[in-house]
Amino acid sequence: MKIKFTFWKLVFFVIMSLGIYSAYVRYAHGLGAVSNMSDQFPWGIWIGFDVLCGVMLAAGGFIVTGAVHLLNIERLHSIVRPTVLTAFLGYCLVIVGLCFDLGRPWFIWHQLIYMNPHSVMFEVGFCVMFYTTVLFVEFLPNVLERFNLKKPLRWVKGIMAGLVVAGILLSTLHQSSLGALYLIMPSKLHPFWYSPALPFFFFGSALAVGLAMTIFESSLSSRAFGRQLELPVLIELGGALLVVLWVNALLRFEDFFRRGQLGNIVKPSYEAYFLWLELALAFVIPITLLSFKKVRRSPGGLYLAAVICLLGFVTNRLNVSVTGFETWVGHHYVPKWTEFMITLSIVAAGFALFGLAVKYLPIFPGEEHQAGHRLEAREKPLAVATVLEHAGD
Amino acid sequence: MSKALLYDATICIGCKQCEAACADQNKLPYDDKVAAEAVQSEHKYTVVLTKEDKFMRRLCMHCEHPACASVCPVGAFHKTAEGPVVYDVWKCIGCRYCMVACAFAQPKYEWQSLNPRVRKCIMCPERVKAGQQTACAEICPTGATKFGERDDLIREAQDRIRQNPSNYVPHIYGLNEVGGTSVLLLSGVAFEQFGYPKSEMVGDTPMPEYTGRVMSKIPDFIPLWSLVLGGVYWITHRREDVTAAEAEDKKSRGAQ
Repeated sequence: MKIKFTFWKLVFFVIMSLGIYSAYVRYAHGLGAVSNMSDQFPWGIWIGFDVLCGVMLAAGGFIVTGAVHLLNIERLHSIVRPTVLTAFLGYCLVIVGLCFDLGRPWFIWHQLIYMNPHSVMFEVGFCVMFYTTVLFVEFLPNVLERFNLKKPLRWVKGIMAGLVVAGILLSTLHQSSLGALYLIMPSKLHPFWYSPALPFFFFGSALAVGLAMTIFESSLSSRAFGRQLELPVLIELGGALLVVLWVNALLRFEDFFRRGQLGNIVKPSYEAYFLWLELALAFVIPITLLSFKKVRRSPGGLYLAAVICLLGFVTNRLNVSVTGFETWVGHHYVPKWTEFMITLSIVAAGFALFGLAVKYLPIFPGEEHQAGHRLEAREKPLAVATVLEHAGD
Repeated sequence: MSKALLYDATICIGCKQCEAACADQNKLPYDDKVAAEAVQSEHKYTVVLTKEDKFMRRLCMHCEHPACASVCPVGAFHKTAEGPVVYDVWKCIGCRYCMVACAFAQPKYEWQSLNPRVRKCIMCPERVKAGQQTACAEICPTGATKFGERDDLIREAQDRIRQNPSNYVPHIYGLNEVGGTSVLLLSGVAFEQFGYPKSEMVGDTPMPEYTGRVMSKIPDFIPLWSLVLGGVYWITHRREDVTAAEAEDKKSRGAQ
């Protein structure tokens, strides 16, 4: 045990040092020195993963708050706080990622004054900014409870319903608009991925990934923090995930059919290999797994299905943002190691911050008042090392 | 009336004086090494490509409905009344959506700079505004690059094709591509040989329409969706209130 967390601590330390070095290269020598982005590939993994996947992976926030506060599904209450934390951290890290990717991040506030209402990017930027604020307020009760500030806590709880509605509205808009970003490139993006339905696919995949990420995050925290797994809740999420995956898969199939691509997607080609990988990981394997009741009811099975599904949709977004352009450009883009390290450090920082928040804030409160049917969380002091153990997972 | 450039590849002799004049106008370095570079970059806004005895210029097309201007979140690009699509560097945040969105891949980036700018041909806007031609058109010794009113140049291009049909592919590139551009091209060989996207690939639809169709729905979507969400909240919580009230009622009746 001792050796194990020293090992993860070391991994985290190595990732972060390389990340800090890469950040230095980024700000001291520019985008050209730190990345393999070029005039042919102006967007690399910092947009493809850090932003497109980052926002998607943080979608659990609006789904779970919506289910609990809007649909009044009280039994999901126990996972609201960790999910909101995941979403809040996720959006903060997307903004951090953007500060690496933007050529002139110090002018990011220009969005507020030089607004271009025709720009999808403007809409995404605005929604992300507002939604991060909403998530901050939704996250605030953790801090307020920690310091026993009753009055502001009442205020926040008073506006919670409004916040949740605003959160869903903003999320619907920007999750789908991330797909709409690519609508203006009909001649550049490969027909496997270019579709007028891109905004719907991006929203649909955000729903699936939000659920999968919540399963993933709950399973991981139960292991890392020695909490009891809320299996009934996860089983319910797994069932919802299966339905959402089916809907996504059918919509994709219908789209391929309508655009006459069904014949092309079965023919082997560079793009087809990536598409097959994506479809297998996002749909075929998780749908098959979750269709077995036995898998859907086992913590391990749910975890496995969720992880594969996450990988599948990450592949999907990287295909839209990278693979789909390679033929048009005429060459491949592979991120430089420093570019990759920045992305990896952001992910590692996310895990570590999650661990720290759990350590210092009542994210998994055993003593919360309203919900009696929640499984008791075992109170256990957490060493920073355990937090870091999380970082490598 | 907006201005335009007509480039006729069949008259071009590949002297690259337009490249040099462009560099001079935009205060960019130009020497034999730069002249030999057969790609556009942040220090080379226009390039004369050579393939055997054929030439072709590449430069920003100055679309009538520019994608770069429509996608820029801070509106750093706009099309001027005279025709040039210009860039306001002080607004730019460096998101590079313009580069990704441009069907002709014209915007280039200062990748090595710590305060990078997007670079592309801006069609000498000060000169055009002052009634002068662009630097490239002025220097062109054969008239291969010609500056003028867009409508006049279209007529002239049509005449040239009509008078010498064997010299040309029967197509004015930029007349209808992406809804029309302020740079018009004539050529004896297919345009895609020099990296221009095929006309049927880019289509005649102005690029901003692809995203505009979605963006235009947002003003209706926001109030509608808010109403639905608010309604759902009301219904789910109303049920709760009703149940609570009924339970209360039962209790009080039971007490009697």
